[in-house]
Amino acid sequence: MTTQALFGQLLIGLINGSFYALLSLGLAVIFGLLNIINFTHGAQYMMGAFVAYFLMQKAGLGYWWALAIVPLVVGATGVVIERLMLKQLYKLDHLYGLLLTFGLALIIEGLFRNSFGSAGLPYSIPESLTGVYNLGFMYLPKYRGWVILASLGICLATWFLIERTKLGAYLRAATENPALVQAFGINVPRMITLTYGFGVGLAALAGVFAAPIYQVSPQMGSSLIIVVFAVVVIGGMGSIMGSIITGFGLGIIEGLTKVFYPEASNTVIFVIMAIVLMIRPQGLFGQR
Amino acid sequence: MIFKRKILVAAAAMALSAGAAQAQISGNVVKIGVLNDQSSLYADLGGQGSVTAAKMAIEDFKAKEKGLTVEVVFADHQNKADVGSQIATKWIDAEGVDVIVDVPNSGVALAVNQIVRDKKKVFINSGAASSDLTGAKCSPNTVHWTYDTWMLANGTGSAIVKQGGDSWYFLTADYAFGHALERDTEAVVLKSGGKVLGKVRAPINTQDFSSFLLQAQASKAKIVGLANAGGDTINSIKQASEFGIVKGGQKMAGLLVFLSDVHGLGLDKAQGLILTNTFYWDLNDQTRAWAKRFAAANGNKYPTMVQAGVYAGVLHYLKAVDALKSDDGTKVVEQMKKTPTDDPLFGKGSIRVDGRKIHPAYLVEVRKPSESKGPYDYYKVLATIPADQAFRPIGDGGCELVKK
Repeated sequence: MTTQALFGQLLIGLINGSFYALLSLGLAVIFGLLNIINFTHGAQYMMGAFVAYFLMQKAGLGYWWALAIVPLVVGATGVVIERLMLKQLYKLDHLYGLLLTFGLALIIEGLFRNSFGSAGLPYSIPESLTGVYNLGFMYLPKYRGWVILASLGICLATWFLIERTKLGAYLRAATENPALVQAFGINVPRMITLTYGFGVGLAALAGVFAAPIYQVSPQMGSSLIIVVFAVVVIGGMGSIMGSIITGFGLGIIEGLTKVFYPEASNTVIFVIMAIVLMIRPQGLFGQR
Repeated sequence: MIFKRKILVAAAAMALSAGAAQAQISGNVVKIGVLNDQSSLYADLGGQGSVTAAKMAIEDFKAKEKGLTVEVVFADHQNKADVGSQIATKWIDAEGVDVIVDVPNSGVALAVNQIVRDKKKVFINSGAASSDLTGAKCSPNTVHWTYDTWMLANGTGSAIVKQGGDSWYFLTADYAFGHALERDTEAVVLKSGGKVLGKVRAPINTQDFSSFLLQAQASKAKIVGLANAGGDTINSIKQASEFGIVKGGQKMAGLLVFLSDVHGLGLDKAQGLILTNTFYWDLNDQTRAWAKRFAAANGNKYPTMVQAGVYAGVLHYLKAVDALKSDDGTKVVEQMKKTPTDDPLFGKGSIRVDGRKIHPAYLVEVRKPSESKGPYDYYKVLATIPADQAFRPIGDGGCELVKK
């Protein structure tokens, strides 16, 4: 393995890491602020890709439109789910939220599989992002370069929004002590609802990013969600910066495994998870 | 004394045959179990479509008019050998299933092969590819209907080497099927004077192949051989176009590509792929008529060769059961091997003593979007490989049922 090829693999790892980061970010936001372990996240990511496909097929709206519309549409379904179902569960144990969202994920995936089969649907890279950059040590597809930059931007913006703005401060305060924040005249339930919608929108956005490069199929979410959960556990449940850094970091580690011992590439993340749980059960960036 | 002994023998024989007469069709029902992937990466190439195909075979055989009660059950093996084994055992021991059909995923199929053999039932495999099922692991209770890795390697592999693709890099699914396909193709490439520059094994159901593709690109091999199937093939082809592998002068060879995969990829990504199938719906009037009926019952999805194989296999099985008036597994398979096969999808053919079903194979090329008249008009037949050349010579497989 030459150094050049190694650089190529590191970059690839970063690309996958950007998906992990984007998805685990949504999970971390939802868990951090709502205390819900959102197992529907994978299905919502999948819905994002499918809605992008429908916009293309039925309305003739391409990729760029999809980036703007899809998070809103799928986020709105998230709002409905929160209002109708999740709301009832906040006072109960985490386990109930987990079971509910897991059940929903199975139902959504089943419905999509029933209607569209498992082989998936075609979706192409937008014209302006086809082609490759020759970096000397590898060919970087323009589209992948775009995905890294875009997801890095979104991750940092989300972190800034929650950790550094007044709105974020309200949100964090509302999770610590909802009654007190409400007493200051802030509509806490609505804020929580919108937060869930936002987290779901992030998943859908990742789905749009994924549509041109992965198979758009009902099982695309379930293949990814388990890894993403491992990322969240390693990073520390609820830690936003933690999930971003861990997402990118694990992408790179997985990429390197694909070179040195490809057979282990789909287990390496879980091995790391087991080790982290033994040494630091709250996760690398989590607080006790 | 001699006279008395003769009477005794005759009486014993009568008693035996009377006993056999009662045990002809177990439970008075012929029960067909369709065992496959119902929910994941192989669900579109088999899945519910295979159940539909089995039901169509029962209908076309006119089982009821012939006095046979035939039932179909199905289950999802989730691509796990332990789950598949458990279902097969339960079906046979507790639910009176007489024949298990389809079973894509060679890992699961090899497990079911052994169970069915131990329990002396019937296994008609359509979905799994490993040529070991009629080679080292062959069984008197198994018929391998549709295709196998040897046939794919010799169809697609040798056609590509002949076109000048003489250096290969394999991207292989890391389980029984991928290993068998890689092994059989490598043998063909080496025999035809080509060389193999390297290989990488990716876990089944991988989402991102870019790392593996980059390794293939770095190898500078002329051909990137995809020894994988279903969703894995779709993802690797989709991502290869992104990394400019084809533009860089390398070619992708999908060693096992189904009609459903081409549909999922779209013609603009799949065009120009060369592949081998043993069934395509647009071959003749009979296949077209059957495919239209099938699509109507299967959500407008056209049949893959796996689903066609389930239909033809069940049809031939029912003929054998009807001829024997028995569903005794080992005897039915013997009868299936004795009788020439004839069905609207694969035409006339036969089943060899090692369990290999013999029929022609078709080397096809995926059409350009401009050449296609509509959905599922995807293939251009380049060549027909005659039945006697399409499959591994019977002496080469190392099957114990073949007399040396």
